[in-house]
Amino acid sequence: MDIFEQQAHNRRMTAGILALFVGLFLFLGLGFDFFYGSFNPVPAVNLEYNADGYYESRRPGAAASIPFGTIIALLVGMGMAANSMVNGPSMVLRSCMARRAVSADGKEKQLLNIVAEMATASGLPAPAVYVVPDQDLNAFATGISPANSVIAVTQGLLDTLNREELQAVVAHEMSHIRNYDMRLMTVLAGLIGAVALLSDFAGRTFRYGGRSSSSGGSSSSGSRKGGGGAVVLIFFVVWIILMILAPLLSRMLAMAISRQREYLADASASELTRNPKGLIAALEKIRAAVMPTSAINNGVAHMCITDPRGSLIEEKMGLTADLLATHPPMEKRILALKAMAYQAEHPQQL
Amino acid sequence: MTILAIVLLVLGGWVVVTFNGLVKLRNQVQNAFRQIDVQLKRRHDLIPNLVESVRGEMKFEKETLERVIQARAAAVSAGQGGNMNDVLAKEGMLTQALGRLIALTENYPNLKANDSVHKLMEELTHTENQIGFSRQFYNDVVTRFNTDQQVFPTNMFSAMLGFSPATLWELPADSPERENVKVNLAI
Repeated sequence: MDIFEQQAHNRRMTAGILALFVGLFLFLGLGFDFFYGSFNPVPAVNLEYNADGYYESRRPGAAASIPFGTIIALLVGMGMAANSMVNGPSMVLRSCMARRAVSADGKEKQLLNIVAEMATASGLPAPAVYVVPDQDLNAFATGISPANSVIAVTQGLLDTLNREELQAVVAHEMSHIRNYDMRLMTVLAGLIGAVALLSDFAGRTFRYGGRSSSSGGSSSSGSRKGGGGAVVLIFFVVWIILMILAPLLSRMLAMAISRQREYLADASASELTRNPKGLIAALEKIRAAVMPTSAINNGVAHMCITDPRGSLIEEKMGLTADLLATHPPMEKRILALKAMAYQAEHPQQL
Repeated sequence: MTILAIVLLVLGGWVVVTFNGLVKLRNQVQNAFRQIDVQLKRRHDLIPNLVESVRGEMKFEKETLERVIQARAAAVSAGQGGNMNDVLAKEGMLTQALGRLIALTENYPNLKANDSVHKLMEELTHTENQIGFSRQFYNDVVTRFNTDQQVFPTNMFSAMLGFSPATLWELPADSPERENVKVNLAI
């Protein structure tokens, strides 16, 4: 696959996983409202004996068709995420004690130049540049929009990498900004929060509501079960299982998206520099430095070039890495880049 | 009647959206082109400083330095003339002359150790990269602009709406930039 095919593939994967995530959330939320609230998409028709002595069919009021639980969970989750997005960048920079790069220092001047070059290549305004005083090799980008984004690299990265490799790393971070990954991951964080909230609601209602609702709750659901009791029961069992697994599942889906975005950023970085080999060399060096980046908070792990918790999970190729890592294994990333480099050198053999 | 109105409305809306998209891209193309100009100007400003600071050390490379200075003068006058092909050819020659100079400085450890030369070299590399990347960005935008004009069914209307394909920034067939840089590394 060449650079552009990989980008298209990654975008499709992201959209697919995101759809799955939204589907999971809706299933959980609407299920919650169906079992515990009064939400019913196909309300049963009540026959009431009216004053004139006839049976009159009445639909339950409009309130019955509004899934309150889902909406509240979504609002709270998104609100928290939006707050983190607005206040996030400055908090992140403060937490890792980053300082502005200055043009007086030779190496930092080079970094500033490289960032300006990558801004030119991507056609975006140049982001602010920060240096994190940490000897490990890492870099991250943050910011709501390309206009006020930030790229930060560690001191170790600045000291170890040559110009070409530094350029590749900056291109990777620039790609995160260009692809609006910060926004995507914020939406994901909001969804994770909403799912966690729903799961919490359900757990409490289950524990405390069990006894009291045996009179009121079950009688109303009893009337629902008149139509297809078995179907509702199966739905309930599936829902309960999903609800228990929800916090884990939502995190796994978010990590899957994060890994796709890493591949996408790698591919976009190669598009910007037209030089996949620079990024290969940089990733090899970063991989060799196995120390965790203690200065960088785990909250921005998905915006880093490699997981700041150290490369323990990333190095494993097995199931755990496929489910729980924010970044794909280095080996796979380097392999994908090598494929791109090969394609670039042998265009006629497509 | 209603159906006809809806169809017309949708068609009109489509034309408006297409037109606006193309206008946006055309402006982006122009802006990207200006960016290349900015970077070329920057390079012209940088060269005299560079030549002055290495002249003392590189006495034996007078020919190379002279070529850089001449190429710069030619490029500046071509830029004032405004002939596109001329600019391309002259800037190409300047790029080549500078490439040779940068390669030759590798032979002078004193120069590499000199802090101000070191800084100038970084500036020069930066400017060369900026020129390369702004050219690359310009070509990317032009490609998008042209593709948007040439896809069906826009291709039937784009000329009518007053759009014409922009030209890519390509090197002329006989450009010196196409040749491999020959550097004699024997000391």
